Amino acid sequence: MHELTVTESILEIALRHANEAKATRITNLYLVIGQFASIVDDSVQFYWDIISKETIAEGATLHFKRLPATLHCRDCNQDYSPGSTGFSCPNCHSNHVQIVSGDEFYMEAIDVES
Amino acid sequence: MPKNLVIVEKILSANDRIAAENRAIFDGAGVKALNLMASPGAGKTSLIEQTIRRLQPRMNLAIIDGDIATNLDADRAEAAGALAIQINTGGECHLDAVMVNAALKQMDLQGIRLVIVENVGNLVCPAGFKLGTHKSVLIASIPEGDDKPYKYPGMYRGVDALVINKIDLLPYVEFDMDYFRQGVEILNPGLVSFPLSCKTGEGLDAWIDWIVENT
Repeated sequence: MHELTVTESILEIALRHANEAKATRITNLYLVIGQFASIVDDSVQFYWDIISKETIAEGATLHFKRLPATLHCRDCNQDYSPGSTGFSCPNCHSNHVQIVSGDEFYMEAIDVES
Repeated sequence: MPKNLVIVEKILSANDRIAAENRAIFDGAGVKALNLMASPGAGKTSLIEQTIRRLQPRMNLAIIDGDIATNLDADRAEAAGALAIQINTGGECHLDAVMVNAALKQMDLQGIRLVIVENVGNLVCPAGFKLGTHKSVLIASIPEGDDKPYKYPGMYRGVDALVINKIDLLPYVEFDMDYFRQGVEILNPGLVSFPLSCKTGEGLDAWIDWIVENT
């Protein structure tokens, strides 16, 4: 359900920036989603096809750039992305680690025509 | 002419703006607010009932209850002695700042010292939507299992306190507290936690003290 709200926000942001630039058409949207952001691409795409109809963004392509989370091991200084089994450092197996990134969820850019 | 517009805007910036408005409403009324999140059945409403019983004699509480349907939770909060407003999200899996804003407009915050927002039972979506509350609290419960921080990291990332409910069930279910705490520590270093049981009352005093200190 929550992807509908998210998709409405995506449309609102894209239309606002396109209008400011006096664009007549939006052709591509570039979205960045971190591993911890819990957003389902397919679901966003599904809602997008419906709600972008009859706007200048109709038919635009959504591009999802998935960013893996980055963790930093405070014992051996290794930077890594968490695997399928947990968060421990793959190099020294330490749990003394910190999360550097993974919460991103933003619109990076759009392609427009005017 | 084709052109690339660089934007870099957070998708949920509209929600964040309304959340800031909610914060201003709370601050203007001299009220502190908590966003209470957990999976269904972790004990959000039970913790609220226990909190009302212990705190209502000292300060006036109001509860904003988010659920997909029914008034059951608001009724329980009211029965325990607090002012309660129910929000039915009609299917939405989390509360957002707009829903809380609408609830605040129906409430008289005069004389209220603490508002507890009971989010929709869900261990994924509520983490992404700021409500404008001063603190966020997550309830984990023993029967859910010790692997939840690893499976739902987003939820553990942004909270200010962790309640570990149903500790009276520790003798009966497999729950490796060290493994659980290791995951929590990685996601949210130094997170303050309150192991307690809403059923037996064990551990509730420390939780109540934390609320008093933070309101």
